[in-house]
Amino acid sequence: MLAGEPMLGYVGRRLLEAALVLWLAITLAFVAMQLTPGDPAETLLAASGASPEEIDRLRADMGLDDPVPVQYIRYLTGLFRGDLGISWLQRRPVLSMILEQLPATAELAVAGIWMGTLLGIFLGLLAAIYRGTWVDSLATTLSVLGLSTPVFWSGILMILLFSVHLRWFPSSGRGDLRHLVLPALTLGFSLSGSIARLVRTQVVEVFRMPYILAAQARGIPLWRVLLMHVLRPAAGPIVALIALQFGFLLGGAVVTESVFARQGLGRLAVQAILWRDLPLIRGIVITGAIIYLLVSLLADFLHAWLDPRLRERPAGQ
Amino acid sequence: MRVYFADAKRYLERQGQEQPTLMRTMRILEIPQLQARPLPRPLLRQPVAVLAILWLTGVIVGAAVIPYLAPEGPQAMDLSRAMLPPGRGGLLGTDFMGRDIFVRLLWGGRLTLWMGIRALALAVGLGLPLGLAAGSLGGRVDAIVMRLIDAWLAFPSLLLALTVLAILGRGLSSVAIAVGLAAAAPYARIVRATAREIRAQPYIEAAIAVGASPLRIALRHILPNAAPALATFAAIQLGWVLLHGAGLNYMGLGAPPGTPEWGAMLAEGRDYLRAAPWVAAVPGLALTFTVLAANILGDRLGRE
Repeated sequence: MLAGEPMLGYVGRRLLEAALVLWLAITLAFVAMQLTPGDPAETLLAASGASPEEIDRLRADMGLDDPVPVQYIRYLTGLFRGDLGISWLQRRPVLSMILEQLPATAELAVAGIWMGTLLGIFLGLLAAIYRGTWVDSLATTLSVLGLSTPVFWSGILMILLFSVHLRWFPSSGRGDLRHLVLPALTLGFSLSGSIARLVRTQVVEVFRMPYILAAQARGIPLWRVLLMHVLRPAAGPIVALIALQFGFLLGGAVVTESVFARQGLGRLAVQAILWRDLPLIRGIVITGAIIYLLVSLLADFLHAWLDPRLRERPAGQ
Repeated sequence: MRVYFADAKRYLERQGQEQPTLMRTMRILEIPQLQARPLPRPLLRQPVAVLAILWLTGVIVGAAVIPYLAPEGPQAMDLSRAMLPPGRGGLLGTDFMGRDIFVRLLWGGRLTLWMGIRALALAVGLGLPLGLAAGSLGGRVDAIVMRLIDAWLAFPSLLLALTVLAILGRGLSSVAIAVGLAAAAPYARIVRATAREIRAQPYIEAAIAVGASPLRIALRHILPNAAPALATFAAIQLGWVLLHGAGLNYMGLGAPPGTPEWGAMLAEGRDYLRAAPWVAAVPGLALTFTVLAANILGDRLGRE
């Protein structure tokens, strides 16, 4: 945000930027499809032993004979109407297939963010408060481990410990809250590493401010100082980081679904690739990009709201 | 807490105390700000960094010598020796087809590292010129390149990788390209930021005043000074591409089934978690240690 810029102007500028990026992303997805070798009409009918005339007719039906710019315009107007095309494999609208799977993935992503944020703030606070002691080393080690452990490996470890040995939580499938615990924990652990690191440096920095000493001198209990005086000013960058990590989180959710045999966008994507269902892949990619953009917009606005320095106008304006 | 005498002494000298006495120096040591920033020790004096270097060297040496140690290859099986635990079944046990896991691990190290190196080469090969052009030329070039990178980054990395896999089809090389392309955008961003920082230095202004061409400034003045930071980030990215490449292989989108790539090995071991946990544990630990080593090295190099 530019210094002294009113909040409304800031929001408008960010929305414009986001729209431009979205258009570029959508165009990239279109170009990627054009680059894909092989004739879609042939791929579709290859198994059914169709005659060349039938393939030609399908190609005309699908609009593949039109010049590329015409196809591009049709693709864009289709997107505006929420038309992501028809899945080659299931012969159903891609949009409805995605909407069916979206709740499962959204549920996992939200639970994963919660776990990761809680764990990351907890570890980061511990490390910052006990800076330089063994507690700090332990918390820092844990956060580096979180950054370096593949989701599919930590997920398997969780299954071994909590499902096979302790029998606390089911190892696969989707259902009640108990099915969500292990996948969310797995995803959260991989997310917590970078959050913990940021929280630690932020909190250490804020701790040096004179007003923290003043708050402590006034006899305010430690937990209150931490919550109101330390975490609040450190919250802006933390929110920004979580938003930045959201793309990574979507990827992690895809792999996590694979580990825990959960339904969701991730499994749909894997199927789409294995069967080379191009409209479905494109639909999933565009959906992912839209969600990601919305989240980063939201985070930017939240950031500006949490940090008054970013939105307040200079005096006299 | 460790005490940094030299730091405190230097602080006093800077404060204009002609004769920093021991007493004064000791008092300064109580100021927390001065204690917080220890001088970095040389890399080879840090046990953790040495361990990381040793592990990476071990993986590379293992990958290099395994064709001579086990010329029969990673698929040699002996069903009478299936699912033996470490010890009875060789150093790291055998899998469900009686294949030696240690041998497969080293063969897999070859595949995994080669994939990582190719992906990293692609990321650096694309990201370095783009970021350098944007950062050192600035202006319109910068604006165009940055919009492109933003759109690139708007695709969550795994979705970008999936798009590439859809175009190229499955296979280890496709995975390397997919992950490398996804890693190129963040790399370009870092290169640009570093280049911009260096461009603001007075010596670049001097070079411009002398009449050096933009190309010369980028290659002779900015690039060498940015090199340490870029190498550091490349080390961290190596960890990243290994992690994500193995993830794609785990999901069965890369190497064909049975390939001893570490992610694929882990996926095979998942079905035998109860009876033979070591089948999954060995590649899982190896991958974690390798990524960890790359991250630690990148982190420590960054502090130097």
